[in-house]
Amino acid sequence: MVEKNVQCPMSDVQLNGNIKINISNLNIWYDNVQAVKDLSLDVKPNEILGVIGPSNSGKTSFLRTLNRLNELHLHSKTKGKVLLDGKDIFTQIDIHELRKRIGIVFALPLPLPGSVFDNVSYGPRMMGIKNKTRLLEIAEKSLKAAAIWNEVKDRLDELAFNLSGGQQQRLCIARTLAVEPDVILYDEPCSALDPISTLKIEEAMQNLKKEYTQILVTNNVKQAARVSDRTAFFLMGELVEIGETRQIFTGPKDKRTEDYITGRFG
Amino acid sequence: MDAKLKEKIAFTMLLLATIVVVAPVAFILIIILVKGIQAISFEFLFNYPKDGMRAGGIFPAIIGTLFLTLGTALFSIPLGVMAAIYLNEYAKKNWLTRSMEIAIINLAGVPSIVYGLFGLSLFVTFLGFGASILAGSLTLSIMTLPVIITSTREALNAVPKSFREVSFSLGASRWQTVRHVVLPNAIPGILTGTILGLSRAAGETAPILFTVAAFYLPKLPTSVYDQAMVLPYHIYVLSTQVPNVSPKIQYGTVLVLVGMIFIFNILAAYIRAHFRKKKTW
Repeated sequence: MVEKNVQCPMSDVQLNGNIKINISNLNIWYDNVQAVKDLSLDVKPNEILGVIGPSNSGKTSFLRTLNRLNELHLHSKTKGKVLLDGKDIFTQIDIHELRKRIGIVFALPLPLPGSVFDNVSYGPRMMGIKNKTRLLEIAEKSLKAAAIWNEVKDRLDELAFNLSGGQQQRLCIARTLAVEPDVILYDEPCSALDPISTLKIEEAMQNLKKEYTQILVTNNVKQAARVSDRTAFFLMGELVEIGETRQIFTGPKDKRTEDYITGRFG
Repeated sequence: MDAKLKEKIAFTMLLLATIVVVAPVAFILIIILVKGIQAISFEFLFNYPKDGMRAGGIFPAIIGTLFLTLGTALFSIPLGVMAAIYLNEYAKKNWLTRSMEIAIINLAGVPSIVYGLFGLSLFVTFLGFGASILAGSLTLSIMTLPVIITSTREALNAVPKSFREVSFSLGASRWQTVRHVVLPNAIPGILTGTILGLSRAAGETAPILFTVAAFYLPKLPTSVYDQAMVLPYHIYVLSTQVPNVSPKIQYGTVLVLVGMIFIFNILAAYIRAHFRKKKTW
């Protein structure tokens, strides 16, 4: 998989313009246990960044910090800087605005009680959109982008819980898309799904690359290899290595990365 | 001893314990039903007491109890539910919240006569409401609030945390999350707990003793500042203050009160069962 922006020469100025999210010296604690240690990395626009690593390596904490969901955790403490398009997410962006711009898809499909339409229109409704025609337009557009429109277009009023697991997860992606984010975070989105549903979600992610920056946390190393442009390997709260996916999987610089992706542990 | 025998002994002991618990209650209810049912008639339910309450009906006491319960509901449900939402969804978890929680738990254990005296001094005397439906409702409300707050919080906690996270992650504010995700899914639980709290309040005597209950009133209350006859106090009057009341009337009055509370509880059970069937998660 070749990175999109290789044709422009990488001067420092352009590099800055080419950073969607800039994370520097991020530390996360739960009580006295440090989950993420001194993490610095950049996320480029329109890339899919895969984040791999064994459990307890801080992947999810890192991900949930980007849209400040981690703050809901009572005992969490965060230090460090995260810039979205150059603006500090903790001080310069309103938290609700931030969460609209950085959407998340959770590990388990989590439809809210209610119909398919209720779910996909939840975000826009909370933003104050009341016009039913407008909401239907948004629903159709989002469901199409999440590659589930054809399966649910006649079932919009049906309970979301009646959909299959894979459909529910794509509905959740559509629900996230409906608030028009720039960035989508995925927290092991396929961990509860069968291979075919997984494939459909991976296809949807590829189609979303044109418009969105995506970060995929996954326990499935092969999934990162299939989907992501660049891959980061986390271990015990530290970023061990980040690079082009091909490089990480064919010539990792760190022994630990190699051990993990070849299945020697994890 | 082999496991089979142990099993039999354990089973028998547990069954006996259950019977010991249930038997007295069943016994009381059966006596009330058998002895009280003879008194129940249209006249008994819809007429005023006669002959110094030795005959006639208990209509004013039934109406008084209904008014009082309604008044209690009006004050305690909104206040209790709002306080529960604040404590559960908004309040930071610090020593202040913690001490408020402990205070609420302890309030549920305060003897009801203490609430009665508190109501007498605050509502009847200090605020000048006099012995009235208003003062009685407020006193019962304060007594019921801890129950409503606790059961509402339980209902709110039963809504999965992940639903809230989904809502927040879509940019919704805390209130939007409460209003559109948490409350709709907590309402059955809130209703059930609330009705049970109210049914307890409807049967209380001590809190209404000084704040609203009238010995005998020849008319129905016309405003919230009026006193009223109330069933629990009327039962107390019939059994201790008026000589030569036929047991039939005493049992009949008790049956009506127990019946009203029973209806409340059945309503709560029905709501719970109904929504559990509809619950999709």
